[in-house]
Amino acid sequence: MLAYTIRRVLISIPVLIGSSILVFIIGKLLGDPLESLKLRNPPVPRHTIDLENHRLWLDRSWPEQYYLWLKGLVLHGNFGPSVHSTDSIRGELGSALTVTAKLVVVSVIVAVTLAIITGVISAIRQYSAFDYSATFMSFLFFSMPVFWFAALLKAGGIWYNQNVNADTFGTIGDKSVLIGDVSFSDASFGQQLGNIVGHMILPTIALSLAGYAAWTRFTRASMLEVMNSDYVRLARAKGLRSRRVLVRHSLRNALIPLTTVTALDIAALLGGAIITETVFQWHGMGNLFRTGLQDKDVYLLMGWLLISATIVILFNLIADLLYGVLDPRIRHA
Amino acid sequence: MPEPSNTAPTTTVTAPEAPGVQPGQVEREFTVRERSQWQQAGRRFLRHRLAVGSLSIFLLLVVFAFLGPLVWKYKYTTITPDNSVGPRLGHPFGTDNLGHDLFAEVMRGLQQSIKVALLIAVLATTVGALWGVFSGFYKGLVDASLMRFADLLLTIPQLALAAGLANHFGGTWWIIGIILGGLSAPYVARVVRGMVLSLREREFIEAARALGASDMRLMLVHLVPNAMAVVIVNATLLVAGGVLGETALSFFGFGIQSPDTSLGLLVSAGQGAVLTRPWLFYFPGLFIILFALSVNFIGDGLRDALDPQQTRQRR
Repeated sequence: MLAYTIRRVLISIPVLIGSSILVFIIGKLLGDPLESLKLRNPPVPRHTIDLENHRLWLDRSWPEQYYLWLKGLVLHGNFGPSVHSTDSIRGELGSALTVTAKLVVVSVIVAVTLAIITGVISAIRQYSAFDYSATFMSFLFFSMPVFWFAALLKAGGIWYNQNVNADTFGTIGDKSVLIGDVSFSDASFGQQLGNIVGHMILPTIALSLAGYAAWTRFTRASMLEVMNSDYVRLARAKGLRSRRVLVRHSLRNALIPLTTVTALDIAALLGGAIITETVFQWHGMGNLFRTGLQDKDVYLLMGWLLISATIVILFNLIADLLYGVLDPRIRHA
Repeated sequence: MPEPSNTAPTTTVTAPEAPGVQPGQVEREFTVRERSQWQQAGRRFLRHRLAVGSLSIFLLLVVFAFLGPLVWKYKYTTITPDNSVGPRLGHPFGTDNLGHDLFAEVMRGLQQSIKVALLIAVLATTVGALWGVFSGFYKGLVDASLMRFADLLLTIPQLALAAGLANHFGGTWWIIGIILGGLSAPYVARVVRGMVLSLREREFIEAARALGASDMRLMLVHLVPNAMAVVIVNATLLVAGGVLGETALSFFGFGIQSPDTSLGLLVSAGQGAVLTRPWLFYFPGLFIILFALSVNFIGDGLRDALDPQQTRQRR
């Protein structure tokens, strides 16, 4: 297992380097960071533009820029100069990432749990009314735009709050500025927690949906395949209790491919998180990317893309390692 | 795995001569008409009620989006004197606060979405299929470099990348189609490569090679058609995903730009009015769902129809 792990980790390194080159080129394609400065009216003095050009490394060749960018990143953890000379890209990315990570992690857990439960029931009761309705629901969720459903949930939350005259659901931001009359940081821990949870419910549902739809279909298919296999038939023939056959022999094997699929879908989920955050006005990665695009803050965008790419590569690695843990055939191959 | 069907003579299954039948006279128990593989798939598809229903809805939506604007009395740009009215006779879907007729806007938006989605599917399928075939066929260094590049592209969230590129290169429907199509190609490439890797070891490829077929011919005439079933099913998924991608992009503000309109833009404009003027929010959203759902069901039907191992009769 150790050799397998080392091999897999080593493979990730060139992928990461390739990814950084690709991200750099894409960042360069996303626009000229000095565009707004150059178009400003009255015109900015030539000297200022030259200074900015130098500060943003734009007076150098692309390979040099890439080298400087990567050097700063590896040696100092700097993501390069922002167009706003006072902003630290690392700080902005860090705070945005914690907000988004909270949403994504909880959504994945909710989606996977529900997906496994309904997928397994669907497989056991194949072609039953439950199976048909679960199938239809997953098709429906799969065809539903995340932003539309999120906006619908948000409106529903507002409607509920108005009618019950309470603020059960937070619909703007990831927490309130004020809880009752006191500011968020002065409130008791219980109030803070309740407030955060209240803000998370609706976005989590919105984001879980797309993942849930795909994963429940996958669980069902994978479960059916395992249940029709010879070793499960043998387990039954040996006279094992059906519960044991189901959990130990079928489910455990059926879930192996699900780990990979889930990990690989993380990239798509990050995209979904951008949309959900926009609707619920969270100051997470989605918001940051949008402002980065508007300001043409290329190093911010590069940092953003690199972080998402790193997360995806990391999850691919985790999936591979998990696969190795769960399936001995993989690690000994 | 489907193989190219060769024209076989009409199969006539004859029963052993039954007693009482004159010698030389063949009693025909039953005959099976010759059908090409595509005809069989077509018949299987037509038996799939949900898929056929979805196909009719899909066609209705296409007619609605492309012919509707020609006959409807308002254009999507027309500002009518009725503003903020709910659904009624003159305005089946109501109007927004400026007096735009939502019925006309939805038709236009659907039209743009369909155009983008089809462009995505065609582009991603063509590029992806060639990408995958080359990669799988040549293996070795070609395969490694082409596939590593696909892997790299797949590590970056598609929506963010598309938003960035669309923001820079402009927001007309075909640019968005090209961007999203290009970014979806690696998915197709992966699938096709996987198929080609197993197909290229099969006897019929060996036979074709022995007959002196060139690499190009092997790839385009022998390998691509055999991967077609999977590619077609994938293409329908791309159409559904494409509509969702385009509308999400437009909703996000980086897709189709006003004064043109798209279903995503309409939802974005209507999201603040869910409780006060719900028609502005529900109609565009429902059309996205209806379109994506019908395409997904068609894809499901095609998957069953094109799978030669599929024998189960649909209920």
